[in-house]
Amino acid sequence: MELLVASGIGLVAACGVYLLLRGRTFPVVLGLVLLSYAVNFFIFVMGRLTVGGAPIIAPETGTYADPLPQALVLTAIVIGFGMTAFALALAIRLRHETGSDHVDGSEQPTANTCNRTR
Amino acid sequence: MSAHLVSLPVLIPLAMAALLIALSVERLPAQRALSIASCVAQLAVAAALLASSTSGEVHVYSLGGWPAPFGIVLVADRLAALMLTLTAIVAIAAVAYAAGGWDARGRYFHPIIQFQLAGLNGAFLTGDLFNLFVFFEILLIASYCLLVHGLGAARLRAALHYVVVNLAASALFLVAVSLLYGVTGTLNMADLAVRVAEAQPLNFAPIASAALLLLVVFGVKAAAFPLYFWLPGAYAAAAAPVAALFAIMTKVGIYAIIRVHGQVFGPDAGLLSLVAAPWLVPVALATIVLGVLGAVAARTLTGLVAYLTVASAGTTLAAVGLLTAEGLSAAIFYMAQSTLAIAAFFLLVELIVAQRGDAEDTLEVGRPMAQSALLGALFLVAGMTAVGMPPFAGFLGKLMILQAARETAAGAWIWIALLGTGLAALVSVARAGSAVFWRVLPGSPAGAIARPVALVPAVALAAVGVAMVAFAAPLKSFADAAAAQILDRGAYVEAILGPPQGVRQ
Repeated sequence: MELLVASGIGLVAACGVYLLLRGRTFPVVLGLVLLSYAVNFFIFVMGRLTVGGAPIIAPETGTYADPLPQALVLTAIVIGFGMTAFALALAIRLRHETGSDHVDGSEQPTANTCNRTR
Repeated sequence: MSAHLVSLPVLIPLAMAALLIALSVERLPAQRALSIASCVAQLAVAAALLASSTSGEVHVYSLGGWPAPFGIVLVADRLAALMLTLTAIVAIAAVAYAAGGWDARGRYFHPIIQFQLAGLNGAFLTGDLFNLFVFFEILLIASYCLLVHGLGAARLRAALHYVVVNLAASALFLVAVSLLYGVTGTLNMADLAVRVAEAQPLNFAPIASAALLLLVVFGVKAAAFPLYFWLPGAYAAAAAPVAALFAIMTKVGIYAIIRVHGQVFGPDAGLLSLVAAPWLVPVALATIVLGVLGAVAARTLTGLVAYLTVASAGTTLAAVGLLTAEGLSAAIFYMAQSTLAIAAFFLLVELIVAQRGDAEDTLEVGRPMAQSALLGALFLVAGMTAVGMPPFAGFLGKLMILQAARETAAGAWIWIALLGTGLAALVSVARAGSAVFWRVLPGSPAGAIARPVALVPAVALAAVGVAMVAFAAPLKSFADAAAAQILDRGAYVEAILGPPQGVRQ
């Protein structure tokens, strides 16, 4: 099971990184989503994989599922959700302002923004 | 009361932000008054913490009364109190400056700035790594909103890059944090410090990789080479008060590096100690060189200041990278003065731009300025402080770094980099100053004189920076004590976890 989970996380992360490096805003946002899925699953797995274990420590249970990574992953999911929504809104706004969905706001390579007048 | 003092720097801005959202946008004067009052209250709390931390006491606040390795703690030692004070000073100036008109150009400027302050203060106070992540996210989402404040295509473009880079960094942060938890079973920094020192050799590789991943994440925040490319675009595109507040944001990254790599993985952390040491100084020196090259090549004033920010982050990081008490002390002093100088510089640049008419912030020939003598004098002070020329505080900071580096292995490289780039930075600032103030067309001034509400915050920030020269001796001894406290892991762990023989699983 460890191999399956680890390679699954690796595959999702690789897809996320690939999409993150694309030139259009929509694939970039999707890439961020995939990356955060992979990371969330990674956090979850860091509590070790247990099947049928109790969620709390009790003297009579031999194996238990570590509840802390589950709490951490919930926080990470909520934060990731909010950030994705913001990135999406920003991408749409950029598309409206510049008329292009390229991450640089135009199809042509542009000079560094700090060297141009506002 | 005093027991809860440590929680106030987070609670005051959070409560104020909620209140300010409830206030309708039409009541801008009330929003401004409340926002300033909140910043002043934060300064008062930070000053109280600073005063009580001088004795060396580490204030620990357990949220909900849960004891340390299991519950969440806020920790205020000397360095944290100093950073809180700096944040509050810059925040007061930024909010006062924004009250001159910037805050009317979007709906929720003041609430968002309070959220940003809550995130900043929390990041300085938190005692465990996961909450460091949470407070980073709070300050980041607020900074995303502040960066696009005022809108426009240039800001949105810079913001998209900034957001994507930081979201990718957040993903790495989570990987590093969960890896540390998976191996050591704790996220509390004090507990982590104990367990890292006792780690089994089998676990060295995952712990070291998590520590270096954290260095990458903090390097993105601190704008260290090769992760600084987001900064010049973002800072140059941001509104002036926002850019001034962002001056403290690169320092959050450096602060986190000091906490994690200077303290948790510090000199006494057993076989895993100083895991980041081979990386810090080379990265810092590359950052300084590229930052100064960018400043020399900059064709606008905002670009110049943005690249000087990168260079100052690199200079601080070089001193941190020594990982000695002397180096950390020099880093703390340099960090404090450069934050104020950069913040003042960003405010000043907008005052200059407003009086230059069509030339705006390019280094081209423009019409004469209405207040060129006053703004020129301020430019001289801010520029020479940022470059590190005597008699300003930047010079003292650089001198301390050079002294600290003298006897170390990397000393020669640091001396070469700091002295060489100092000259180049001086050239860049002198060139910009002469282009803006001396090469003017004949004719009448382009803009009206600056209003006091805009002028006073910039002057006050510059004045605080100059005052640091007069009070350099007490500040330096405070920085020495703060650095010693960072490196004294035993006392830190004992303050948070209790005496060593206590119940720890």
